[in-house]
Amino acid sequence: MMSPSAIWVYLHANPLFGLTLTLVCYLVAWRFYEWGRYNPILNPVAWAIVIIIALLWALDMPYQDYFSGAQFIHFLLGPATVALAIPLYFQLRKLKTIWLPLTVALIIGISFSGVSAYFIAQWLGASEQTMLSMIPKSVTAPIAMGISEQIGGLPTLTAVFVVITGVLGAAIGTWLLRKFRIEDESVKGVAMGVTAHGLGTARAFQISPQMGAFAGLAMALSASISAFVLPLVLTLISA
Amino acid sequence: MSFLSVITLLLVYQLIGELIVLQLALPVPGPVIGMLLLLLTLLFKKPLALKMEPTAQQFLAHLSLLFIPAGVGVMVHWERLQTEWLAILLALLISTILGLLVTAGIMLLLMRCSGHSPSQPDSKETP
Repeated sequence: MMSPSAIWVYLHANPLFGLTLTLVCYLVAWRFYEWGRYNPILNPVAWAIVIIIALLWALDMPYQDYFSGAQFIHFLLGPATVALAIPLYFQLRKLKTIWLPLTVALIIGISFSGVSAYFIAQWLGASEQTMLSMIPKSVTAPIAMGISEQIGGLPTLTAVFVVITGVLGAAIGTWLLRKFRIEDESVKGVAMGVTAHGLGTARAFQISPQMGAFAGLAMALSASISAFVLPLVLTLISA
Repeated sequence: MSFLSVITLLLVYQLIGELIVLQLALPVPGPVIGMLLLLLTLLFKKPLALKMEPTAQQFLAHLSLLFIPAGVGVMVHWERLQTEWLAILLALLISTILGLLVTAGIMLLLMRCSGHSPSQPDSKETP
């Protein structure tokens, strides 16, 4: 029999805990989401994060110890991005007809999201570092963190903004676009992917494969061009 | 195609993407290059796309799980959030709404200008 403190030391030093905790909390939150008929209030990512933080606090475990296990899940963002080529392949014919509107909407959309967040935060009295960290918030996490560093924000704070934006976009996006009578699946998909990156894409895939494919495409394209566009936009607005 | 083969193939493409980015000093992330290379491959090998699809779909179905570790990082910034939470929340919420509408609006406008007829939704709004 191990003493409680020995178990404690084991859990802190072992990546197994952070990894298992993430999966269990997500699955539990997902079950609730299903049970609640996919009500946006029950967004599984948001609730999983809340539950994990509450548990880590209760156990007095620092984020670094948690992340030593959770990084294995974080790592899968890479291969998941590559995998987006597959749904995209099946939408290529449609893409050929709308590539120009898509690209223009994407560049304006990604700049507009970042800049509007920057100015609203400024207006409400947020600090300079918070404002800068918001600029890449609609870009998928690993890339947004890189851009944030480049423009003088805090990469880990940006990661948090990215996830909150994704949760908000996934929760309200499809509802909002429907309210505005936007029916084209590819347009809705692009709006979700540009504004709410992977979380918006995940939500779009729940609605239809076509919407998901365009969200995935928009997310991947914005991930590739925002590293060029956003620093430029920042120089324009701060000039 | 087995799960193991699919994930291995995805990792190989990611690795090639990372190496290209490193070699050419591109400001684009490696996985994005990996995705474009895989797309290029599929254009020449349609059977591969059909074989990878079921597994890829299963993998992507839980894409949102992958964002949880980064989201838990909110606990590191607790002090900042305590003082600025209202500004942060409103800025993120309003800009997300604006971003969605501006992106969709511009795209629809340009599609109409170029004479593209909007497609019908191919499934109902049920998750």
